[in-house]
Amino acid sequence: MDVRSQIAMVFHLDKCIGCHTCSIACKNIWTDRKGAEYMWWNNVETKPGTGYPTKWEDQDIYKGGWEKKNGKINLKGAGKRRGLVNIFYNPNLPVIDDYYEPFTYKYLDLIESPEGDDQPTARPVSLVTGKPIDIKMGPNWDDDLGGTPDYARNDPNMKNISPEEQEVMFQLEKMAFFYLPRICNHCLNPACVASCPSGAIYKRGEDGIVLINQQVCRAWRMCVTACPYKKSYYNWYTGKSEKCILCYPRIEAGLAPACMHSCVGRIRYLGVLLYDASKIEQAASVDEKDLVKSQLDIILDPFDENVIRAAKENGIADSTIHAAQFSPVYKFVKKWGLALPLHPEFRTLPMLFYVPPLLPVMATVKKVDNKEQSDKMHPAAKKWNDNWLYDTSTEELWGSLDQIRFPLKYIASLFSAGDEEMIKDKWKKLMAVRIHRRRVTVGDVSNEKAEEVLRDAGIDAETADAIYALTSLPKFEERFVIPAAHREQAIEMMDFTGDTKGDTGFGIKSQVKRGI
Amino acid sequence: MNYLDNFILIALPYLALAVFLIGTIYRYTNRKFQFSSLSSEFLEGRRLFYGSVPFHWGILFVFCGHLLAFAVPKAVLAWNSQPVRLLILEITGFIFAISMLVGLINLIIRRYTTARLKPVSNIMDLVVYILLLLQTIAGLWIAYNFRWGSSWFSTILTPYLYSIFKLQPDTSAVILLPWVVKLHIATAFIIIGIIPFSRLVHMLVLPLNYLWRPYQQVMWYWNRKKVRSSQTPWSLQRPKNT
Repeated sequence: MDVRSQIAMVFHLDKCIGCHTCSIACKNIWTDRKGAEYMWWNNVETKPGTGYPTKWEDQDIYKGGWEKKNGKINLKGAGKRRGLVNIFYNPNLPVIDDYYEPFTYKYLDLIESPEGDDQPTARPVSLVTGKPIDIKMGPNWDDDLGGTPDYARNDPNMKNISPEEQEVMFQLEKMAFFYLPRICNHCLNPACVASCPSGAIYKRGEDGIVLINQQVCRAWRMCVTACPYKKSYYNWYTGKSEKCILCYPRIEAGLAPACMHSCVGRIRYLGVLLYDASKIEQAASVDEKDLVKSQLDIILDPFDENVIRAAKENGIADSTIHAAQFSPVYKFVKKWGLALPLHPEFRTLPMLFYVPPLLPVMATVKKVDNKEQSDKMHPAAKKWNDNWLYDTSTEELWGSLDQIRFPLKYIASLFSAGDEEMIKDKWKKLMAVRIHRRRVTVGDVSNEKAEEVLRDAGIDAETADAIYALTSLPKFEERFVIPAAHREQAIEMMDFTGDTKGDTGFGIKSQVKRGI
Repeated sequence: MNYLDNFILIALPYLALAVFLIGTIYRYTNRKFQFSSLSSEFLEGRRLFYGSVPFHWGILFVFCGHLLAFAVPKAVLAWNSQPVRLLILEITGFIFAISMLVGLINLIIRRYTTARLKPVSNIMDLVVYILLLLQTIAGLWIAYNFRWGSSWFSTILTPYLYSIFKLQPDTSAVILLPWVVKLHIATAFIIIGIIPFSRLVHMLVLPLNYLWRPYQQVMWYWNRKKVRSSQTPWSLQRPKNT
C-alpha cells in the first residue's frame, strides 16, 4: 500500500444556480492576462449543451483521455509514439475558434467620437488581432440553452438517446437543464502529465495538485489534446500551456480556492482523500462498467488503523490524516456514496466529484384532460388548450424514476459511464433525505412512508440527517477542510520554490518573444 | 576575393560556432522561458499542416543526409560506388529538399497572410524565413547543377569541416568550389549563428527524453519518509526528491 493524499472536491449540483461567480473569481485572479483572455480555468456549463470548448466531451473529435486496447490503457490522441510522430503538427489540437476569439469593445469611441447625426457605437475588437470582428462565440454562449435548442441538441451525451426521446426532452413544457461547473480534475491518472513530451507537467506529491512548469514547457501542446476535459489551455502569447492550479498559493496558506470560496450557492466542498497510489494503473484499466467502482475502491478509509499506519510510514503529516478524517469529500464520495466523477470513461480517475442533480428530474409531466378546468374560466380569458400537468409533487418520484422528463440515460452518460442503476441509487438517497426531512420539519409525511423510503434507499435516519446537515447547513470550515500548512517543512525561506518545482503559470516576468 | 573567401570559410564558421555556443548556453540558463518555438497552431490550425509537416520532415532528412556525409564519408562513398545506389540517395535527398521548400513557402505565405499571426510574429521570424529560403534554393540549385553532391561533399567538404573543428582550417580544396556552394556554406553558418537569437532553439530541445521516462510524474518538496523521521538531522541540505 502506497498511501498518498489528494485534495479532492465535491460539487453538489442541486445547489448550483449557474451564477458564474466562481468563473469570475478565477478569471480576475489568474487569467486576466494577454494570451489567457479566452481561458476559463473554471467555467460553468449548461447541460444539456455543447460546453466549452464546443463539444469537448466528444473524444472522436478531440481524442482526449485514455483508451483501453488489448487490456492495456494508452493515450487516445497523444503518447510516446503518437506524440512524437505528430510533434510537427498536432492533428487533434483544438484551435481558438473551438473556444472563442476573445474580444473587447472600443468603449473610448463612445466618448471620443466627433459630434454627428448618429449615436456612436462601441465596436467589438478582437483581443488577438486588435481589429474589429464579428463575434461568433463568447464565454457561455450556450448558457441556459442560449435561447435555442441547437446547443442542447448537439450535446455529445445525446448520442445514446433516441430521436424520440430527444423530441420528448425538448418539448418546451418538458425542457429542463442544470449547470455543470468544471475545473481541472487534478486526476490520479492525468492524461496531460502522461502526454507532455518535455515532462513539464507534474502532480504534486503533497496534495496531488497538477501543475505545468512554465520554464520547461516547450509548447508541444500535447496536453491540450490529451486532457479529455480540455482543462489545459494553450497561451498563444507566451507559447506555454496553462491550467487550473487549484489556487495552490491559497491552499498552502490554508485558504479555500477562489472559485470555492466565492461560490454563492455553496455547492462546493473541498477536502483530503487518502488513496492507494500503487493501484492507480490497475484501477484505470478495468472494464468501463467497473470504472467508478474501481476508482472509489482505491480511496482509503482514513479511520482504518492500517491505513493510518501506512500513511504515517509514507510521511503523510498527522494534520493531513486528521483533515482526511473530517473531509466532507470522503463523506459524500465514500461514506454516503452520493457523488460520482464526471465522465469516468475517460479513465483519468478525476478527483472532482459531482452529486447528480435531482431537481431537473423532480418534476414530471402528466397527461391530463384540462377541458373541464378551462371551461370554468371566463370566456374572455385566454384558453389553454394543452393537456398536460406539470407535477412537482415530490412524493411520487419512486414510481416515476423511469418516466422522468430528463432521461436517466443522459445523466448516466455524464457521471457513471452509462450505468443507470448507479444514478438511480444516488437519486433515491437524495430523495429519501428530502422525504425524511419533510417528515421531521413539516410532518405531513407518514412515518411508515418515510421509513420505507429510507430503507429502500439503504440509509438510516441518522445518515439522512447528516447528509441534510452537510448539504444545507454547513459552515465554511465544514465545507473546506484544508490540512494545515507545515511551516517547518516549507522551503520558501531557504529556497525559491521555482528552483525545486518551477514556475507554474499565472503570469510571467520574462519577455515572451522568441527572438532578439 | 581572397579576403571574402577567407572570411566566409574561416572567420565566419568560428564566429558562428562561438556565438551559437555562448548564446545557446546563455539563453538556456538565463532565458529558459523562451527556449522553444512559439507555436501558432492554436491560432491557425489548418494551413499549418501543409507547411509544417512537409517542411519539418524534409529538413530533418536533408539535415541527416548532410550529417551522414560529415560523420561517415567513407561509408557514403562506398554506397555511392554503384550508380543505382547513388541515384537512389540523390533522388531521395532531392525529394525531401523539394518537400522542405514547398513547406517553407507554405509557412511563409501562411504567416504573412493570416491576420491572427501578426501579433505572434517578429523580425527574427522573417530573418529565419529568408535565410532558410535562400539556403533551400541554393541547396536545390547545387544538387541539380553540380552533381553528385553526396560524393563530392564527402571528399571535399568533410575534410574541410574536420579541419575547422581541428582548429587548423584548410580551405585549399573548398576555395575552388563555385560561388553558390560558398553561399550555401556561408548561409549554413549564419543559420547556426542565429539559432540562439531566434525560434530555431526549439530543435535543440527535441524531447527525446520522453521515450524513456514513465508516463506519470509526481514531485515532492522533500523526501517525505526522511523528513518525517526524527533521526533526520535538520540541515540546509535538503533530502533529495524521490
